[in-house]
Amino acid sequence: MSHIKIKLHENQLQFIKDTCKEFNYEPGELINILHKLQDKFGYLPSEVQEVVANELKIPTAKVFGVVTFYSYFTMVPKGKYPINICLGTACYVRGAEKILDEFKKQLNIKVGESTPDSKFSLNCLRCVGACGLAPVVMIGEKTYGRVAPDDVKKILSEYQND
Amino acid sequence: METVNITINNIQLEVPKSTTILQAARMINIEIPTLCHMKLEDFCIENKPAGCRICMVDVKGRRNLVPSCVTECTEGMVIETSSPRIINARRTVLELILSDHPFECLICPKNGKCDLQSLAQELGVREIRYTGEQSTYRMDTSQAIIRNPDKCIMCRRCELMCNTVQTCGVLSAVNRGFMSVVAPAFEQNLDHSPCTYCGQCVAVCPTAALTEVDQTSKLIQALADPDKVVVVQTAPAVRVTLGEEFGMKPGTIVTGKMVTALKRLGFDYVFDTDFAADLTIMEEGTELLNRLTKYLNGDKSVNLPILTSCCPAWVNFFEKNFPDLIDIPSTAKSPQQMFGAIAKNYFAKQLNIPREKLVVVSVMPCVAKKYEAQREEFRVNNDPDVNISITTRELATLIKQTVQDFNSLPESDFDRPLGESTGAGAIFGTTGGVIEAAVRTAYELYTKKPLPKIEFEELRGMDWIRKATVDFDGLKLNIGIAHGLGNARKLLEEIQAGKSEFHAIEIMACPGGCIGGGGQPQHHGKSEIIRARQKAIYEEDRRLPLRKSHENPYITKLYEEYLGHPMSELSHELLHTEYFQKQPEIIIEND
Repeated sequence: MSHIKIKLHENQLQFIKDTCKEFNYEPGELINILHKLQDKFGYLPSEVQEVVANELKIPTAKVFGVVTFYSYFTMVPKGKYPINICLGTACYVRGAEKILDEFKKQLNIKVGESTPDSKFSLNCLRCVGACGLAPVVMIGEKTYGRVAPDDVKKILSEYQND
Repeated sequence: METVNITINNIQLEVPKSTTILQAARMINIEIPTLCHMKLEDFCIENKPAGCRICMVDVKGRRNLVPSCVTECTEGMVIETSSPRIINARRTVLELILSDHPFECLICPKNGKCDLQSLAQELGVREIRYTGEQSTYRMDTSQAIIRNPDKCIMCRRCELMCNTVQTCGVLSAVNRGFMSVVAPAFEQNLDHSPCTYCGQCVAVCPTAALTEVDQTSKLIQALADPDKVVVVQTAPAVRVTLGEEFGMKPGTIVTGKMVTALKRLGFDYVFDTDFAADLTIMEEGTELLNRLTKYLNGDKSVNLPILTSCCPAWVNFFEKNFPDLIDIPSTAKSPQQMFGAIAKNYFAKQLNIPREKLVVVSVMPCVAKKYEAQREEFRVNNDPDVNISITTRELATLIKQTVQDFNSLPESDFDRPLGESTGAGAIFGTTGGVIEAAVRTAYELYTKKPLPKIEFEELRGMDWIRKATVDFDGLKLNIGIAHGLGNARKLLEEIQAGKSEFHAIEIMACPGGCIGGGGQPQHHGKSEIIRARQKAIYEEDRRLPLRKSHENPYITKLYEEYLGHPMSELSHELLHTEYFQKQPEIIIEND
């Protein structure tokens, strides 16, 4: 029988415990707790989920079920520059899928993954409310509109020296 | 009681308010096929996620069909259950489920016992009009249970048993849409999860998404090996369920036929776990009296209540969930392991063979016993005390391959010396049985008087948690009984809080005890089957001439010739064990 070991830094552990306490250890607040923890850590690794389950006295499998159900939550650390491609209806019909393919090709990663140097991560989302600019790409807080596949290389080069 | 008037297929009837359409239809013998729905009436367990959409019916005035398992009847409701629209909808749903299910029926462990297969037959599906992507998942073979998620139909029955009934929280639906699957956290292996191997997920799985690790091939090899002496022990709950696999009525006792079949399978000796159950009572009963006497003499360091320790899933449960309480359960090994220890150490010596030459096989109503037999502490020089553990179902498969007509087999007796047992051993198979057997012996040992009445009705029944006070000639002994690990959890939390009023508690992991075990013939959601098995267990007890463990002459002989007395040094070495804390550990990393 294996012995599960959870490795965390003390301040991380404390932050998770404080967050659970802030929400009164209420299992119904699980999603809010996970939001706050993802904001803090950038992602929700298994260690974080184990501690949350333990604090709320609910099965880890349930926490994992919620994390894997909602596309907002991720177990993969985001890159320094998270790239989000809008695949909402307007962007999609204006060729967003080709833009996505180009990003995948340029970065050599799949959707939901990060580059080995953790510089970029690639994700999709549904509608950022800028349909007039379709297709739209967001890198961090910066928005790029009317992106064409040929622009992708240029956009990425903006971050080359960082 | 408030009632409502409804009409189903032009039949008018009055039903209590909050009756579902499915329940109402069944009251008047109208068949509505179901798949994910499961109701274990006696245990108040109901699975109705309304996920499979097979039980759809037409309610007049509603645009869409409704799932009958969750839709409650309302006044004046007019329901149609078998119009062409409904039949077509059900068939479409089933074809869609089948379009993402492997077509391996011929070689599937559930072939002939699969609810999905039966439904396809019932609905007369002859072609599948849909083809599409097939889910492919990793198989997970643990020490006792195999998960094959490709065959999962997301009925969520296992999830209900694992979370609500057993409170183990191992299985949960994860991911979404087409990718969704029932799995442990992080899609890890069961062996790396808090799984207790109770097998209740296996007991309710409609398909072969969850099955036991099959050891029949290994057993056939052992039986064919001329260098080995192969002995078998059969658990108390097997003899009252095995007949079901051969079409007999639930509750039929087949002890004698089972022994004959085992002899024909080629076992050199057919012994009985009931013998080891009697031995368990001698050890556990003595341990109870020792702790009790110390406590009554003012020793406050003594741990009470004492908890039974026969059930391996239960042992796993407290090791993983209540590591602070591992000193409370009795240190007595389970009957399976006591038998193994006695067979390998005492019986092998009688035969004058080394222990490695003796193969000990157990037939158990349980999948957790497979895991228990592999525990490190139950082996000597890497030779396990119990080599192979098979379930009732696996035994039935073996018998079907060898015996022409089980039902007409003559009866035989168990072999001596490890086959002799009393009624006290027989009742180990039901919830309440272990503690009743312990009380029968402990009473006479403590009071030195014969029992006024051998049957303790107050300890019997099917209620989840039962309490009774037994009068030991002036000493009032408070006894608690729980079956189902969720109920065990309640009693353990009372102990943690220092509020437990009990001197002794019996715990069995499965609903009903071993008669409802994960290795038993499939009950397909009919809890009356488990009730019939319980009745049979008590009948078997009444049938036996000796009904108290300490009256078993072969147990007396074993102590005289070999062990000395209960809780002796040799008893401690062979018949007692220790428990381990198995909770996840949080390690603080420093920068």
